Amino acid sequence: MNSRATTENIDIPEGEFGSLVAIAARIRGRIIQLSHQARTPHLGSSLSFVELLVYLYWDFLKIYPEIVKDPSRDRFVLSKGHGITTLYAVLAERGFFSPELFQNYAQVDSPLPEHPSPRCVPGIEAATGSLGHGLSIATGIALASKMNAIDYNVVCLLSDGECNEGSTWEAALLAPAHNLDNLIAIIDFNKWQATGRSAEITALEPLKEKFEAFGWNSIRIDGHEFRQIKSALATAKKSDKPFAIIADTVKGQGIKMMEDDNNWHYRIPSKEEVDSAFEELGIKSL
Amino acid sequence: MRNAFADEITQIAKSDPSVVLLSGDIGNRLFDKYKESNPERFVNCGVAEANMVTMGSGLAMSGMKPVAYTIASFLIYRAFEQIRVDLSYHDAAVLLVGVGGGLSYASNGSTHHTLEDIALMRSLPNMQVICAGDPLEVRAATKAFFNDPKPTYLRIGKKGEAPVHEKALDDFEVGKSICLKRGQSVALLATGNMLPNCSSVTNELEERGISSSLYSFHTVKPLDKECLEEIFAGHQYVITVEEHGRLGGFGSAVAEWLASQKQPGARLLTLGTPDQFLLYTGNQEEARKKCGLDKVGLLEQITDFIGPV
Repeated sequence: MNSRATTENIDIPEGEFGSLVAIAARIRGRIIQLSHQARTPHLGSSLSFVELLVYLYWDFLKIYPEIVKDPSRDRFVLSKGHGITTLYAVLAERGFFSPELFQNYAQVDSPLPEHPSPRCVPGIEAATGSLGHGLSIATGIALASKMNAIDYNVVCLLSDGECNEGSTWEAALLAPAHNLDNLIAIIDFNKWQATGRSAEITALEPLKEKFEAFGWNSIRIDGHEFRQIKSALATAKKSDKPFAIIADTVKGQGIKMMEDDNNWHYRIPSKEEVDSAFEELGIKSL
Repeated sequence: MRNAFADEITQIAKSDPSVVLLSGDIGNRLFDKYKESNPERFVNCGVAEANMVTMGSGLAMSGMKPVAYTIASFLIYRAFEQIRVDLSYHDAAVLLVGVGGGLSYASNGSTHHTLEDIALMRSLPNMQVICAGDPLEVRAATKAFFNDPKPTYLRIGKKGEAPVHEKALDDFEVGKSICLKRGQSVALLATGNMLPNCSSVTNELEERGISSSLYSFHTVKPLDKECLEEIFAGHQYVITVEEHGRLGGFGSAVAEWLASQKQPGARLLTLGTPDQFLLYTGNQEEARKKCGLDKVGLLEQITDFIGPV
């Protein structure tokens, strides 16, 4: 390993995702700890896209602390800003900022608010939290790449609930008209939104076919399987159109008592629940 | 005004490759010359204002200087939350150009009237609000944005407005009002497309023996407080005029400033449209008449305010 080992992507051979599984467990531990410590909600929403984000940051995206302002870096836009602790945890683990900042998470004068503010810490591309903005921001960034002839990928991660927002579909309509083949949308399809089943509140399904009808290429995967995530992103990179990955996920994934239980959209874990989650994750401390 | 904007942006884009013009499916033919010289930097975003504004933010984050152009009422009202979050909060330098501000599209009905936009836009942190009074102010304000890009709302009229200023405004500065005529008793402070009517009104007041000043407050935010101090110290009556509701607009901005002054000086009258939707308005001139914003209506309200000479 060279001196930049902490920030260079791991070249992961097929079938060898053990290191990422361990990283995902640590990230989950951090997310649960932060929710408990600062009494912040959206735990279930944050746990459903851990594998997606770990794979993106450890293998796919060309974004490292050293090039965080480089115009040619890949961009990641977390449209579901309420899941920010997952991104904070990943960025800290990748060296974008010191984990010491977590001590004061979401408290007065913290650079880590409950929803990210603009440029709050290195690696945050956009201040999200109001739903339905991310895909339009990502479309603008992807368009700038074409106009400036600077080659980079733009990945935007959305919640299924965000697909209620008209602006998401405005962006989805425009991106294919401009051949934005550098734009990848990932839908964290955990089947729940704040107060109900997402496919019952609106006619979300068939979601993959919706994106295809809008002029995107699309694939549906298990959003907790590294092998499928890797394969989907490799396909996305070769796509000649904007690409939507419909990732079937489980809200609260990784902690049995939280899995697919929408109470954990708002519920805050107690000390005992944190301890039990750490045990389940096989981690002793962060 | 819109032709002046189209011409100015075409000229600027020739020497600045970071200019991107986003249009909300309007301006057919208006931007032909721009598109000829800059086809890759023009995006018709369709009838989707929310996406257009937020895309503009994404472009600005990526080193471009985007302009989002569409009918003012749809740009500001439909996309207000996008403007607040993606431009104002991010401090993303996008120039929003709202065409047909005020009662420009009077005959189209209240869906197309823009009489609350100044109130909304000046309430946003980081946002500059400019209401152009004539085609020369449109050109100067457009240039000013590209010289110092900041989140900016430029409210313009439609087409065919005659220039009020005599020559190009080379000294134009955002936040610095322009004195067109200096008198002693009454000061008319016009913003946006009321400038021509205010110019006729000051001439008429002079003919009636009332010494009057005329200022173009093209920038509502940041407000030119230095100039306001001089105006309130040097006149007996100050009258703000805008093609916008009386609640929250330019007149309100001046009144808020005045309320904090230790020695207010002159008395203030704020003229604008009433607090109601305008039904059966007719064309712009007829709508102005109904609101007392035509020359006759303005003179009546002003003479009533200052009393017998």
